[in-house]
Amino acid sequence: MKTHKYTVAVFTENFIGLLTRITLIFTRRHVNIESITVSESEVRGVHRYTLVVKTTEDVVQRIVQQIEKQVEALKAFYYREEEIIHQEIALYKVSTKFLDGQHNLEKLIRDNHARMLSLDSEYLVIEKTGHKHETQALLEELQPFGVLEFVRSGRVSVAKRMKELSEYLDEMETELQARVEAGKNQ
Amino acid sequence: MKGAEAVIQSLLAEGVDTIFGYPGGAIMPVYDSLFDFTDQIHHVLVRHEQGAVHAAQGYARTSGRVGVCLATSGPGATNLITGLADAMIDSTPVVCITGQVASHLLGTDAFQETDVVGVSMPVSKWNIQVTRAKDIPAAMAKAFYIAKSGRPGPVLIDITKDAQFGDLEYTYTHCTQLRSYNPCPAPAQHAIKKAAELINNAKKPFLLVGQGIILSGAENELKELVEKSGIPFAWTLMGLSAMPTDHPLNMGMLGMHGNYAPNIKTNECDVLIAVGMRFDDRVTGDVNRYARQAKIIHIEIDQAEVNKNIAADVPVIGDAREVLEDLLPLVNENNHEEWIGEFLALRAIEEEKVSQEELFPEKEGLTMPEIIRRVSEKTKGEAILVTDVGQHQMAASRYFGFNKTRSNVTSGGLGTMGFALPASLGAKLGVPDREVVAVIGDGGFQMNMQELATIRQTHAAVKIVILNNNFLGMVRQWQQLFFDRRYSFTEMENPDFVKLGEAFHIPSARVSERGDVDAAISKMLESEGPYLLEVMVEKEDNVFPMVPTGAAVSEIRLS
Repeated sequence: MKTHKYTVAVFTENFIGLLTRITLIFTRRHVNIESITVSESEVRGVHRYTLVVKTTEDVVQRIVQQIEKQVEALKAFYYREEEIIHQEIALYKVSTKFLDGQHNLEKLIRDNHARMLSLDSEYLVIEKTGHKHETQALLEELQPFGVLEFVRSGRVSVAKRMKELSEYLDEMETELQARVEAGKNQ
Repeated sequence: MKGAEAVIQSLLAEGVDTIFGYPGGAIMPVYDSLFDFTDQIHHVLVRHEQGAVHAAQGYARTSGRVGVCLATSGPGATNLITGLADAMIDSTPVVCITGQVASHLLGTDAFQETDVVGVSMPVSKWNIQVTRAKDIPAAMAKAFYIAKSGRPGPVLIDITKDAQFGDLEYTYTHCTQLRSYNPCPAPAQHAIKKAAELINNAKKPFLLVGQGIILSGAENELKELVEKSGIPFAWTLMGLSAMPTDHPLNMGMLGMHGNYAPNIKTNECDVLIAVGMRFDDRVTGDVNRYARQAKIIHIEIDQAEVNKNIAADVPVIGDAREVLEDLLPLVNENNHEEWIGEFLALRAIEEEKVSQEELFPEKEGLTMPEIIRRVSEKTKGEAILVTDVGQHQMAASRYFGFNKTRSNVTSGGLGTMGFALPASLGAKLGVPDREVVAVIGDGGFQMNMQELATIRQTHAAVKIVILNNNFLGMVRQWQQLFFDRRYSFTEMENPDFVKLGEAFHIPSARVSERGDVDAAISKMLESEGPYLLEVMVEKEDNVFPMVPTGAAVSEIRLS
């Protein structure tokens, strides 16, 4: 079976240790996590994890099922690249020697749709958001001049489908309440 | 109230009357509080924490209640891990409470500090660390709810020593629901209808019984279903005893060392109905050649099991009893005599080629199956069978007869040697009125034999049968078949088990002659308290039938 890049989105309660439980599900199956980002979601109290992995569809499917099985996990999804809008942010710390007049900083920033965040006597910090290949391209462009530090965030993404998390949560709540009322949630 | 007493009060609120444990520094406040409640809680002092958790498992499996154990931090807690892993893979409801160093010492490598929440994460259904006394009741309530609801499993609560010493206003509210946890989803009626259609049109239907039948209490519904539809069934190792062994539709055990007919027929049936089981590799053999010709109906409470190993044509997510209740009226009355006849013909082959000589040997040495047969006959299917792991386990699972459900306690998924002795103690305490027979190999017995002391101290009338071949028999069998008879470290020079039993003040005997077996077993069963019987069996017998690793189930070998 062919491997693809998948973005896994997980919505959870805020519970200590859950991050480890979720990552264990990947590592146990020898699936490397390429990036992971945890933040709040649009629903108060619900956290969202965005994980990027390269694997086969049947593996990611099983991983998502195992994640949903975790007591504090509310809902998990997996997406192919074309099903999401995603973004990453990168910071580049470059020596001020860069400003020796031989390099056209303005052109570099313009061409890359980047911006300068900070300028100090010894260094400047450039910020760029974009897909990985874009932030990577700027890194390669800067490298000949000496990049003092480089960091790229994990992926953040939103799904293209219009169904909102709150709708899923409402459906789950309705089903759960029906089970509770029927005395069948034991 | 102190946190330590809140732990005990929470146990009482959950109806707990038996716990298995071992004291130590970080759990001492709880033990101190427990001392005031000895009239309400029977605490069993095991001799090793692994014994506590296996005993709690045995207790849970026979009684249907949650097994509880108590241990201290560090080594006390890590000694529970094997049992947690065992309970996890065999879906056994267990609550483990561990003490932890005071919260200000967390992360300092304090004496007997281990990150047991971290260590137990992959082998627990849920776990939590509690650092404040006021959080104890809610954590306990959640722990019990999660352990027993849906697909049951083990949970662990780690309580720091300062939380045990701390004060709280105690109130207890049972946990009955969690927003993020739907343990028992409503089965989809359209899926049930589709399943019924497949079943009604099937010419060669075959039903697989997993432990889910027992866990959901669906024994009666299953019986009605198979009798109405005339569908032959077979059980997994964990499904044993869900129906009476001698039920005419029972075709035996599935899997690697299961029976001949059900393994072959798995690859010939047209509709395969799997209820409350997870298609373990020991059941399926080569998954790519498993029941490819059949439409598969998978009735299972755990969504994550569906399509995990075997793709289902009709998955039905839900509690087995609920699903079977709904399915029952939709299924037509039928019989499949000709199809069943095919099973019986294969059974006759197995009897002729394997069972006859095993059960009624003409050779001199004693066989494991003949001993199992004798014990089974004498207990008339009324006993609870506890087995360890290895050849004796397979022999016992094939030949022991059951009349009642919840009568088989074994380590299925994890294959934990050393399980049976402590589990038999828990099994007996779970249902004190029933006879409990533990069948154990000489290897596995020595892995937790310290629990003889616990058995002695509790006077639990466990009947221990050691089938001694002075070998790690199953490994030796594989070495013989697949490693050119290179018996690498499988032969054992064993202690004198009779003297050992007697050293623990447990009446013990040894038998090695066929003529003495009957009397020896009778004496064991007639004795009042615990009893140890060592049976010297043939050194190099093999367990057959066998589905070799990587083979299809239909390639099962008789020799």
